[in-house]
Amino acid sequence: MPEQRVVDADYLLLEAPRERKFITGAQAMAEAVKRANVDVAIAYPITPQSEVMHLVGDIWAQGYIKDYYRAEEEYGAMSAIAGAVRGGARAFSATSGPGLLRGLEAIASWPGHRIPAVLGVLTRVVNAPLSIQPDNVEISYLLNCGMVVLHAENQQDVFDFTLASFIISEMVDVYIPIAVCTEGFFVTHAKGYVNMTPEDMKLPPRDPYKAPVPPTDCEIPPARIQRDAPVQKSNFMSYLIHAVWQQEIWASNIRAMKYIYKYLGGPIEVINPDAEVFVVASGCAAAQGREAVRYAQLEGLNVGLVKVKSIRPFPEKEIRQVLSKAKAIIVPEHNIVGWLAKEVKAAIPNSDSVIGGPRVYGGMTLPVELIMEKIYQALGIKKEKKVVV
Amino acid sequence: MGLEYVRISPGFEKYMPKDYVDLVQYGQFGKEIDVQQLGQFKELVEEHPMCAGCFMAYFIRVFYAALPKPEDTIVIGTAGCARLSLSQAAVPFIYGNYGDTNAVASGLKRALSIRFPDKEKDVVVIAGDGGLIDIGFGMTMHSWFRREKFTTIMVDNEVYGNTGGQESGMSPKGVQLKMAPKGKQFDKINAVELAKTAGCVYVAKLSPTNPKRIAKTVRRAILAARHFGPTFIHAYTSCNIEYSIPTEKVLEDARKREKQDFGFYEWMTEEVKEFFEEIERKPEEVKA
Repeated sequence: MPEQRVVDADYLLLEAPRERKFITGAQAMAEAVKRANVDVAIAYPITPQSEVMHLVGDIWAQGYIKDYYRAEEEYGAMSAIAGAVRGGARAFSATSGPGLLRGLEAIASWPGHRIPAVLGVLTRVVNAPLSIQPDNVEISYLLNCGMVVLHAENQQDVFDFTLASFIISEMVDVYIPIAVCTEGFFVTHAKGYVNMTPEDMKLPPRDPYKAPVPPTDCEIPPARIQRDAPVQKSNFMSYLIHAVWQQEIWASNIRAMKYIYKYLGGPIEVINPDAEVFVVASGCAAAQGREAVRYAQLEGLNVGLVKVKSIRPFPEKEIRQVLSKAKAIIVPEHNIVGWLAKEVKAAIPNSDSVIGGPRVYGGMTLPVELIMEKIYQALGIKKEKKVVV
Repeated sequence: MGLEYVRISPGFEKYMPKDYVDLVQYGQFGKEIDVQQLGQFKELVEEHPMCAGCFMAYFIRVFYAALPKPEDTIVIGTAGCARLSLSQAAVPFIYGNYGDTNAVASGLKRALSIRFPDKEKDVVVIAGDGGLIDIGFGMTMHSWFRREKFTTIMVDNEVYGNTGGQESGMSPKGVQLKMAPKGKQFDKINAVELAKTAGCVYVAKLSPTNPKRIAKTVRRAILAARHFGPTFIHAYTSCNIEYSIPTEKVLEDARKREKQDFGFYEWMTEEVKEFFEEIERKPEEVKA
């Protein structure tokens, strides 16, 4: 491995020279981890598997990470991540579908335990019946546990979001975990161009003493730390402590937004802000939405795109503003429940202008034609099904 | 840092809670104490809400008094009776989720080893039969298979006490408890043999009748984990409530069980045995 030198986080994320590589999404995530000065990575080979955690293992073998092991199962892996982070280490893991659900009890407790960590979520079907296809319904399970949830459209996003997440999650006024989600197969197993920072530069190490809750390492006062459920104090104390703590987690979540602006260019990307019809989408659906906007422009239709990068904190204000004059809002998704459509509807005053769909699930691809149909429908255009390329 | 971090910053003595000031002045940080002096020094465990006559609470008091280096020890627990007093001690305590103790301890110990390669930081799991052998079984076993360097102590009360008296895998066969209305259908799980098979380098089983022996066993388990690998203590800590043992009879019960199935048992690898022969030959080098 090349000798890595620590560089300033802002320099690495915003200014460092970049080299273009043609790699898979799984490689992009591992390459980000390689540059993130990670102390501990813990892996479990859940089915369906992406390559991420064994590529991260290879990186450990090369010396980029200080410790790594294959855990017994996801609950054990995610619990050990919590232990390592409490001990002051910077930690990483990644999982998918059933693995995420198995680890969810531990993962959902990370924010409350104030565990700044990064979790790759390479989405796949949640059983049953058994399937290993891409479907992102699992993201909906993450929306209400307090963690920051980012949704990457492509390999480049995966690299950028993952690298930035280590810094954002450790900010003193954030200090909660971040899930970097992207679609399994469509992104993890497919190659794309990724502009990457130099291999010989890495983020500064984690400073566990720059924290709202100190690490448990017998090094820093106060000496009697207990991060414990407050149940044995009194009922009134218990209600109050828990309520205040929850408020603080969600406030931290909102405070992550300014860093999402700083390092990721904001929580949304807008194409054609004066459009009368908008496609609002995240992840792979945003890639297809982007393509639909291109088709529409070729046909002279006034269609725009809002790509949502951050699902938590949800960019309510930004979305409300962009969509304030929209005649129709199309929300294509890779899941049956339409979690993004629900979020969008809740954020805007004119929720009846939201068309919840098209939706594909169970791992189907999302043809651009499906989105075009909704665009024609929104604009009142009757068409033979023909696509101009 | 250890000792440094428990000391009170100059000028703050009169603003710190009295019990904390007492801990620093009359407690066991940085001192050598004998467990038989219990009651003559400020203990690490503050008032705790465990039941009158709880033998687990007694065992935990002795455990804290026996720590070789309390100022550099972190205790990990899970749901159950034990954490009601573990969380009242002047030693950092982590409570994660249900049955996750040995996974959390694995991550924590590894992080501390990375950050403080030249310091002794002791990680000790204390959890009940339910936490370690039922819900956390896989994580308990795998932490041993992986040879993680921390101590696991099972305070076995043979029942889910904190949830109101349900059967656990460690309940004796035939005993009638909640969720076992016809009596437990299978034998008590042999945790000691599992620990030996799974790779623990030091394994002990005891009934807490002799505080000096408890202390020696706890210290051995912690020191062996520091240098060699996973260690395990299986302690019988009766639940006088669910098993209807009159408060004045808990010690009698502990002695009875010692004769039956909890006779003192200690096993260690050759390497660990040599280590103890070496350090225990020169008592001045070992903190009492």
